[in-house]
Amino acid sequence: MPVKSSLREMKRRSRLLLSALLFMSMPLAVSAQKNSCVECHLQMDDALKAPAEGFAADVHKQFGLGCEDCHGGNPAQDDVELAKDRSFKGSPERAKIPEFCGSCHSDSATMRKFNPNLRVDQLALYWTSRHGQLLKEGDASGAVCTDCHGVHGIQPSNFPKSQVFPWNIPQTCGRCHSNAETMKAYGISVRQVDDYKQSVHARALFEKKDLSAPACNDCHGNHGAAPPEVTSIAFVCRQCHSSAGDLFSRSPHKEAFDSLGMSECEACHGNHKIISPADEMLAGGQNDICLQCHDAGTEPHQTGLEIKRRIDDFVASSEAAGKLLASAESKGIEVSEAKFKLQDSLSSLVLARNLTHGLSLPEIETSLGDGAKILAEVMVSGEAALREAKFRRSGLIIATAFIILLALALYLKIRDLQRSPKHQR
Amino acid sequence: MAGLGEKTKAYLESRFEISAIREFAGKKKVPEHKRSFWYFFGGICLFLFIIQVLTGILLLLYYTPSVDAAHESIQFIMSQVKFGWLIRSVHSWTANILVGVIFIHMFSSFFLKAYRPPRELTWISGFLLLVLFLAFGFSGYLLPWNELSFFATRVGTDIAGVIPVVGKALKTFILGGPEVSGATLTRFFWLHVAVLPAFSLLIMGIHIILVQTLGMSKPIGIGEAKEISFFPDFILKDSLGWLIILAVVGAVCVFLPWEVGPKADPFASTPLGIKPEWYFTFMFTTLKLVPAHIFTIEGELLAVMGFMLGGLLLMLVPFLDRRAAREKRSPVFTAFGLAVLVYIIVMTGLTYLAPDIGK
Repeated sequence: MPVKSSLREMKRRSRLLLSALLFMSMPLAVSAQKNSCVECHLQMDDALKAPAEGFAADVHKQFGLGCEDCHGGNPAQDDVELAKDRSFKGSPERAKIPEFCGSCHSDSATMRKFNPNLRVDQLALYWTSRHGQLLKEGDASGAVCTDCHGVHGIQPSNFPKSQVFPWNIPQTCGRCHSNAETMKAYGISVRQVDDYKQSVHARALFEKKDLSAPACNDCHGNHGAAPPEVTSIAFVCRQCHSSAGDLFSRSPHKEAFDSLGMSECEACHGNHKIISPADEMLAGGQNDICLQCHDAGTEPHQTGLEIKRRIDDFVASSEAAGKLLASAESKGIEVSEAKFKLQDSLSSLVLARNLTHGLSLPEIETSLGDGAKILAEVMVSGEAALREAKFRRSGLIIATAFIILLALALYLKIRDLQRSPKHQR
Repeated sequence: MAGLGEKTKAYLESRFEISAIREFAGKKKVPEHKRSFWYFFGGICLFLFIIQVLTGILLLLYYTPSVDAAHESIQFIMSQVKFGWLIRSVHSWTANILVGVIFIHMFSSFFLKAYRPPRELTWISGFLLLVLFLAFGFSGYLLPWNELSFFATRVGTDIAGVIPVVGKALKTFILGGPEVSGATLTRFFWLHVAVLPAFSLLIMGIHIILVQTLGMSKPIGIGEAKEISFFPDFILKDSLGWLIILAVVGAVCVFLPWEVGPKADPFASTPLGIKPEWYFTFMFTTLKLVPAHIFTIEGELLAVMGFMLGGLLLMLVPFLDRRAAREKRSPVFTAFGLAVLVYIIVMTGLTYLAPDIGK
């Protein structure tokens, strides 16, 4: 009995202890969800309210981070003084922002917990950038992380509303680089973004929504952003335009450009305002860029004129073939196979236009020659189609005349029958 | 020679009793009155059907009913085969004209109350022929396997799927699976060149025998009408109509050959403005306009059921119109027919004139 009684007593005490523990832990559980930072800031004026509002959609919040993870303090406390305890760091100074963000983003152990795919060299790259160098030199106007990524309300870079999503990047960079006041001190033109918006790249990015089209960062770099050196421009362009780059490297221009210290692609195509290349850029064209270096009448210019003449001739033949097929098609002839061939011939033209980077007339002639053979077949098909159309019309006239004659004979026969005495009855 | 001719005649006579047929044709009379013009549409239907059969047989020489080759074979027919463009264009154009002429023939017979006893079965067989030719049109439309026909078939079979109880099973049977695919093409081909022609020939045979034995119906109120002989008077007039149709078809085919269109891509999204063949558009637009729910019943379902009921009533009209059966005018049925006709014309017109309606 005494054993039983002590066991019962132990059970009773255990239950009491458990209940007490549960009761004591309740405020803790409640306070863990509480965020007095947000509660207070939402009641403040615009500037102080914005961080609390913006943070609701912030990527850091989605990963379970709170205000205290960046700013310190104790959001569980209602009292402001108690909330801003010894750990409270407040807002970092602008010059310290890169290190502030880098304290987590450069720490692979920390980043692995949230997104193991995310690189951790952004800060190291940043210090190599023109922005980072300015900051190091004590110029606080050099862009820091928050200038591009935002402050509260930061979105992942692959989220279309993010400030650093491809089609938002020109606007993000332009906030400083299109601002004459900001750029005045650095002697940098503010036309880049406007120029870029007129480029073939911008058209692909904004109109075709082609995310592979380059925005500012694709040529200048992201965190390590800096203007490309004259010698490196060609390598930047070759990231996408490798074929044109290879041809240029084989051309006589390569050696000349290198010896003169000229940038390669940029010399003819420009930089930010890279418009769609056209045959008019070739020698003798309306925008003859060869004249930038070669005088008219010189041998190189003559070669250029010859290249343009070949291309122009091919374009004219191709247009003539196209018109021929369109004419046959409008007359009801099935010419889809010939149209397909015409399309095929155009690939020779595309190739020849690219070959202009290599300046090899024989190679261009060979490519255009291949296309010309196909064009000749298209012309034959087109002419045959037109003959067929003529044949059909002639056939129709003959057949209709025959039918009309037959119908007339029938009509006369019917009239005859109607007039006959038998019919009258 | 004369001896051989006589011998052949006698040989055939003893086997086919040609003199009886000639005698029948000689005695057969066709009433002639102010509305006898409408009689010619039956003959035009027959003429267009014969063209369909002949051109269809020729198309079979080159057409391949498979997803990989159907479109290509049509393109080959249109561009490479000698007079292939003409054969295919004539087939497609006359198919459309035929459906139109069948509608004219049916409505003219309806308004002339030609369904009166003893011609109930002539009317019913004619109605069945209309249904068969609509099926011909629907199945033939898919065979070129082009973008337009592919998506129109998808829309059309979706409508069949709405029919209660049997809808889903019917749709699966028609398509040969859950979607328009190679199996659908094979089925439609089988239907178009084997099943439908067999049934059509049978029913058309009955229809023609009934027309020949019972003669043409005279409209109510026309007592003693003038009569002309079926052969040669009526046949010659019929032939004149056929020649005019032939000339029109020839001109249309030369200036507007039936297009091939881009090959169907089952993975592409449905192109904008897709619609079925013109003779189905009155149903198509109705389904677009009908509210989602009428009382508690699904609007689409109600519309489909309405069309089925309408078709059934139309087929059974000889048994419903009792006044006409007693040779009395039946304005209620005339008004009903007019309402249906106006409805079909308005809805078909809306499909082309206001394509965005009901979206």
